[in-house]
Amino acid sequence: MGIIEVHNVSRTFTVRTRAGRLRREKREVRAVDGLDFTVEEGECVGYIGPNGAGKSTTIKMLTGILVPTGGRLRVASVDPARERVGLARRIGVVFGQRTTLWWDLPLRDSYELARRIYRIPDARYRANLERCVELLELGALLDTPVRQLSLGQRMRGDLAAALLHDPQVLYLDEPTIGLDVVSKSRVRAFLREVNTLQRTTVLLTTHDLTDIEQLCRRVMVIDHGRVVYDGGLEGLHAAGESERTLVVDLAEVCAPIEVPGARVVRTDGPRQWLAIPARASAAPVLAAVAARYPLVDLSVREPAIEDVIARMYSSSEAHPKGATV
Amino acid sequence: MADTLAARTGWALRSWWLVAGMWTRSIMSYRVSFVLMLLANTAVTFLDFVVLMLMFRHTDRLGGWSLPEIGFLYGTSTGALGVANLLVGSIDGLGDRIRVGTLDTVLIRPAPALAQLCAERFSLRRVGRLAQAAAVLAWSLTALPVHWTPGRVLMVPLLLLCGSVIFGAIFVGGATLQFWWGEAKELQNSLTYGGATLLHYPPTVFAKELVAATVFGVPLAFVNWLPALYVLDKPDPLGLPEAFRFAAPLAAALAATAAGLLWRAGLRAYRGTGN
Repeated sequence: MGIIEVHNVSRTFTVRTRAGRLRREKREVRAVDGLDFTVEEGECVGYIGPNGAGKSTTIKMLTGILVPTGGRLRVASVDPARERVGLARRIGVVFGQRTTLWWDLPLRDSYELARRIYRIPDARYRANLERCVELLELGALLDTPVRQLSLGQRMRGDLAAALLHDPQVLYLDEPTIGLDVVSKSRVRAFLREVNTLQRTTVLLTTHDLTDIEQLCRRVMVIDHGRVVYDGGLEGLHAAGESERTLVVDLAEVCAPIEVPGARVVRTDGPRQWLAIPARASAAPVLAAVAARYPLVDLSVREPAIEDVIARMYSSSEAHPKGATV
Repeated sequence: MADTLAARTGWALRSWWLVAGMWTRSIMSYRVSFVLMLLANTAVTFLDFVVLMLMFRHTDRLGGWSLPEIGFLYGTSTGALGVANLLVGSIDGLGDRIRVGTLDTVLIRPAPALAQLCAERFSLRRVGRLAQAAAVLAWSLTALPVHWTPGRVLMVPLLLLCGSVIFGAIFVGGATLQFWWGEAKELQNSLTYGGATLLHYPPTVFAKELVAATVFGVPLAFVNWLPALYVLDKPDPLGLPEAFRFAAPLAAALAATAAGLLWRAGLRAYRGTGN
């Protein structure tokens, strides 16, 4: 049994729009519709999708803040909506855009409050705080008021606050948003450590695919409230029908190259760009080109994961699955 | 989590205490600002009583009540409001939290949301109102020509306690309406701060319909008007049975229960509709 189980979960919102002076129209919007997935203990899963796809709604249901309209949801074997407060002791949540730290107080005070609110035993609290302080390099910041911390320092502070009570599951909502490159890599290194050493299950939403490439073996793409892809990062290429690009430099300007298994997507003087399916081998195409054209130089470009996902979003856009009722 | 009611109440109070402590320390990091606000708060509330005293320079009775009697109403009404405002008054920030979306950060903590929200922005500067109410009440008790029986002596702390609970219930109930209706804060303010001002004056100066509404509608009359009729031995302008003068504990219990149920319904609606 997975630590997170989501079966056919849906969530509709009622939106009231004005129609005329006094009349108001009610409209049902499905934020999440027939969501299905399971996360095993110790996994680190990237949860991505365009804005408004239903990511935050999912996280809110998994923390018990929102009650699902339909379906079955279990986190650490309990129903989050029914046992929100009890579950809160066993999960950690970090919202990248909202801090839970106390603005005017030294960082240490926020941790002290967490110790009391989460009823963390003293020995465990000391050990966890020590570990977080060391890994996140917070030592010099503990006595600084949170308002004086930089964004990156504050995010590290928030991460520590979410982990002091040894949560079984950690939800991260855009944990690297707005951070510089150095802060991002520090946050990622810490999360990797937490996930591999503590075996904490991590569910991460982000728009930064580097987060996913460096942390998650598994990625779920959600769009229009449904999971449109669930699997390894490599599999995304196949699922997204991505293409590799062969950049060919010829000795002279030629007509667009015609070889089986490839098509010309662009030409610029003697240089031509050929697209081949990501899974196909480039060798036969290359051999055919070299045999029939005056080949001078060539290079192969792997498809960018951003492009793959962008294509995935726009293709599900073309077939909306009953977003509104 | 089959916690007993006592354990849950204890945990709610402790959560309140922890969060209020954090706010006290937060606010104390701006000491000068705190002192200025405390002084301003005390001065502004005291002006209310100055207005009453000025009125009595032109007349020595107001609706048949003397200045010390009005002082009794003023002290008890302001005192009860002061206690409620200090302990749960911050709940009126709920609407802002819903709009900005920070209510969620409260809901992911393993502590009762109501307790956390009541302790929000807790500030000791609000004791200014209380100190001032205590001073006026102390003066009126010494100046009143009342024959102090044990029942009357006991009624004073009892009415302060029940009055605080009633005002607290109005704070919570009014704020809870913000789950459905964003501008409910105005209504709540008019019932709490406006209600307390209403209770500064004797019930005899108002229309009977208004006084009846504070008995059978929003139970403001039980804060001090009805108990004061007993303490000061005054006739009831509505001619209600004498039992009403002692019904403050019942009214407080009903008000608190209603507010609690409304809060649960409001939170359920928020989590159920997400609006």
